[in-house]
Amino acid sequence: MAERLPYREGEWIDRTQPVTFHFEGVAYEGFHGDSLSSALWGAGLRVLGRSFKYHRPRGLYSLAGHDVNLLVEDGERTNLRGDFLPIADGLDVRAVNTAGGLKRDRLQMIDRFGSLMPVGFYYKAFHTPRSLFPFYENQMRKIAGLGKINPHALRRPSPKDYAFCDLLVTGAGPSGLAAAIAAAEAGLRVVLAEEQPQPGGSLRTQHARTPQAAEQLQELIRRASELENLELRCCTQVAGYYSDHWAALVDERRLTKLRTRAAVFASGCIEQPAVFQNNDLPGVMLGSAAQRLIYLYRVAPCQRAVILTATAEGYRLALDFAEAGIPVVALVDLRHDGESSECGRLVEAADIEIFRGHTVLEAQPGPSGHSVRGVILCPLDEDGHPDAIGHLKLDCDGVIMSVGWAPNVDVAYQAGVRFTYSDQVGQLVPKECPPGVFLAGRAAGVFDLEDQIASGRRAGLQAAALLDSYDGAIAPAPIHRGPPPSHAFPIFPHKGKKNFVDLDEDLHLVDFKNAHHEGFDNIELIKRYTTVGMGPTQGKLANTNAIRILARLNGKTIDETGTTVSRPFHHPVSLEKLAGRRFHPQRRTPLHALHQSLDAEMIHAGAWLRAEYYRDGSSSRADCILHEARQVRHSVGLIDVSTLGKLQISGPDAARFLETIYTGNFSNQPIGRLQYALGCDELGVIIEDGVVARVGEENFYVTATSSGVTAFYRDLQRWALLLRMRVELINATGHLAAVNLAGPQARKVLTKLTDLSLAPEDFRYLDVHRGCVAGLDALVMRIGFVGELGFEIHVPTSGAQHLWRTLMEAGAAQGIRPFGVEAQRLLRLEKGHLIVGQDTDALTHPYEVGLDWAVKEDKPYFVGARSLQILRKQPQERTLVGLVLSQDHGVEECHLIVEGERMLGRITSVAHRTTLGMPIALAFVHPDRAREGTELQICGTGGELISARVVPLPFYDPDGLRQKLKD
Amino acid sequence: MKIIHCPVNGPRPLQEFYFGGQFRAVPTSEQEDAMTDAEWSDYAFNRDGSPGIQKEWWYHTPSGTWFIAERDIVTDVFVRTYLFDQADQESGNDG
Repeated sequence: MAERLPYREGEWIDRTQPVTFHFEGVAYEGFHGDSLSSALWGAGLRVLGRSFKYHRPRGLYSLAGHDVNLLVEDGERTNLRGDFLPIADGLDVRAVNTAGGLKRDRLQMIDRFGSLMPVGFYYKAFHTPRSLFPFYENQMRKIAGLGKINPHALRRPSPKDYAFCDLLVTGAGPSGLAAAIAAAEAGLRVVLAEEQPQPGGSLRTQHARTPQAAEQLQELIRRASELENLELRCCTQVAGYYSDHWAALVDERRLTKLRTRAAVFASGCIEQPAVFQNNDLPGVMLGSAAQRLIYLYRVAPCQRAVILTATAEGYRLALDFAEAGIPVVALVDLRHDGESSECGRLVEAADIEIFRGHTVLEAQPGPSGHSVRGVILCPLDEDGHPDAIGHLKLDCDGVIMSVGWAPNVDVAYQAGVRFTYSDQVGQLVPKECPPGVFLAGRAAGVFDLEDQIASGRRAGLQAAALLDSYDGAIAPAPIHRGPPPSHAFPIFPHKGKKNFVDLDEDLHLVDFKNAHHEGFDNIELIKRYTTVGMGPTQGKLANTNAIRILARLNGKTIDETGTTVSRPFHHPVSLEKLAGRRFHPQRRTPLHALHQSLDAEMIHAGAWLRAEYYRDGSSSRADCILHEARQVRHSVGLIDVSTLGKLQISGPDAARFLETIYTGNFSNQPIGRLQYALGCDELGVIIEDGVVARVGEENFYVTATSSGVTAFYRDLQRWALLLRMRVELINATGHLAAVNLAGPQARKVLTKLTDLSLAPEDFRYLDVHRGCVAGLDALVMRIGFVGELGFEIHVPTSGAQHLWRTLMEAGAAQGIRPFGVEAQRLLRLEKGHLIVGQDTDALTHPYEVGLDWAVKEDKPYFVGARSLQILRKQPQERTLVGLVLSQDHGVEECHLIVEGERMLGRITSVAHRTTLGMPIALAFVHPDRAREGTELQICGTGGELISARVVPLPFYDPDGLRQKLKD
Repeated sequence: MKIIHCPVNGPRPLQEFYFGGQFRAVPTSEQEDAMTDAEWSDYAFNRDGSPGIQKEWWYHTPSGTWFIAERDIVTDVFVRTYLFDQADQESGNDG
């Protein structure tokens, strides 16, 4: 292991805990507390990854996850970020996106052809001939890409978490800590989210040498830890911000959906690179990355540094190097007049050579481009352009850039903050904040340590005041004084083409010029065309320079140029965390356990679980279903219909209300009688059907479709309001259970169990009676959905199991059998009864499906009446018919009825095996083809044509004698 | 996720609500009869989507409460919410 710098208070590594891990198959050592990036750099490795497009060697750059040079995979997880990945014994990772390993990546030759791949290359080159595009795409995806997903990786459940607080503070640097403490002391419940493993932010890096910084940090951390209403969450990223203060927090384990009442963004700044030739070589890095290496991990960034700067920060950085004992070969200052403050003098006193009014024109690569061996400096003219003469060569192995910042405010932008460019700070500063959103510290353009703390405290108190927890004074907002901490245009063209603006996407300066030349002169357009900012970091190091370049090309200001829209997520979030755990609420009828004990196959029907059919020894599914259906036709069967919608509608206007929402007449419906009811929407489209039972003068009991009742009930509630009717609605679907006892023997079975007279003259077809069944208070309706004598018995759910068992015992002599949904569907199909939603679609009106009789047009008003008036006049385009199929296989629901190339209709329901002995179907066809006896062709599963003949409906018992059975 | 203020249950998350479309006065039977087919089609199929504050139906599902919301459809800000009966008293049944 290479030497670390000597111990310094505040370092994150624990030197008593060495850790051995593997990278690219090689064992390395680091310390507990190291990230993968710091450990590898500390071990002397320089090439950490390969770039996205050109496979150029890349090294440590931001050490803050703002670049993706070190992305690794461990066989299970992929695209892990080295900057945030803690090392641990046994960690074994490889770089993503290489062919044959990092060192000898076979794809590095692409770099040499880079100039043949100008911006938009992919769009332009690979679309002709069109037939080859899939091939191109496939090859392209292999070359340009990130990690590979292992589809066999272990699935780790990552349930989502929900949390609540008064104030979310993003960033636990000096301003974030101050904000959180001030707000928590005022009584707010505060969550303080920090992406690094420890709080401190710039106090640990930029301000590390500031006298008292360490004490200040300890003090802030102590006060924060003493507040019970302040929760510090480290290794946590605030990845997105949504309506009404709803934030997505992502940590190693899970996604937390946090509802807060206010937010402070103390998210700091992202250091921005300078653009010069080979500014991506391993060894070229940001000043803040160097400070993190020095102060957090005690790793020397390089052995001989050249620092490129344009602000006081670069001078302080030089002093950081000096204190760490790392030689600074030169400090290159873009400004002609250099640094006049104290740190300027200190740097001079430290004997560091300063080149004022110079830039680094080029970093010179070592062997294979795996390192830096020197730089070429050049003087700048008055306008900041590199001069052609006066170039100077220096040897070094590190180029440290400290030319400016961009506020880390993408998430604040999502929260609704709008920004404007400030020349005074040289960055975007908040212009408008929505209620409850505050910015503090460097994110708000405040760089002085005392100011950072003051602005944090102010934001915390502002939040507390907004939430009525603080009514004291609030100090005015600190403002930045002195020269701007960012250079306005640290971008230097070079005749070479490796001056990178976007390291994620391998975009260089000339790409922007070309895109602009081609007419992409708007920031959103140039983003899409060049793909700047569309890589995994979302342009954290690229967007600022891209805007500067475009502004200059257009001759406009930064504000005029604008920014691209920031959308969640600010950081990549693995799909595993988004998927979370599945949650499908499921309803079970009160008879569910009985179905299971009867070996029922259960199916999902909307939100319900229903018995599809009951298994019977080794019989096939189709045999079981047919057998159940035959039992109903010949003897008696029992089905659980508890899923039916059950509505109680009562009040003085109940009958009038029903007449409004349904197409039928109900005022004259006698008490004790049932009536079929059809409901349409305002367009005349069928949305519901059911049975209306009049159980009293002002009381109706209505059944509705299992899947439609929730929406229908909701509609009814609104109609009752709109029409101002005196009517009370109760959705009793879950309160009551229902079974249907059907078959010629049904009366015989039920008679034994009830005090109701079931004599045909007392209990007629379509009668409803309340009485006692199996000792239970029951509502009994005589209806015939399946086309046989049938009694539908509604009881409280508590009695459902008792009712079922009693009926099964009573019917034993008749050979009673339970039947499932499939048998019921078959039986109703034979009877020609349609199912709303299966045999009707979003356009079906009553005249298309033979329900003219159910529409009472003479009523003054009902929902859909006006539309139906119009539809009735129009020529019909289709009609529902019955078909007898020529074969008992190959036809499925939704298959088309065709004539040559023409589509004549489609199948809506089909049954291959029926109690009638022939395969039948319902289908929509053009009215021309609806005549009895018409031969039609159905396009079957394999494309073969299957013939069918139109027959009158219903298929079974056209005179309805069975359901009216008297004996 | 948005928070919507149900007039009965107070602030609740969007997930608990169902959007019921633009609020429109329902034509009476006489009005319907007086409309030409074209006028009726216009009523049945077209909605006014012009920017600004729109009156909408919202439904709080767990409690079965229909109410009216006035929402700025440009900024997606709920200006106020109230029960249908209050709508009449406060702003007239203007649709």
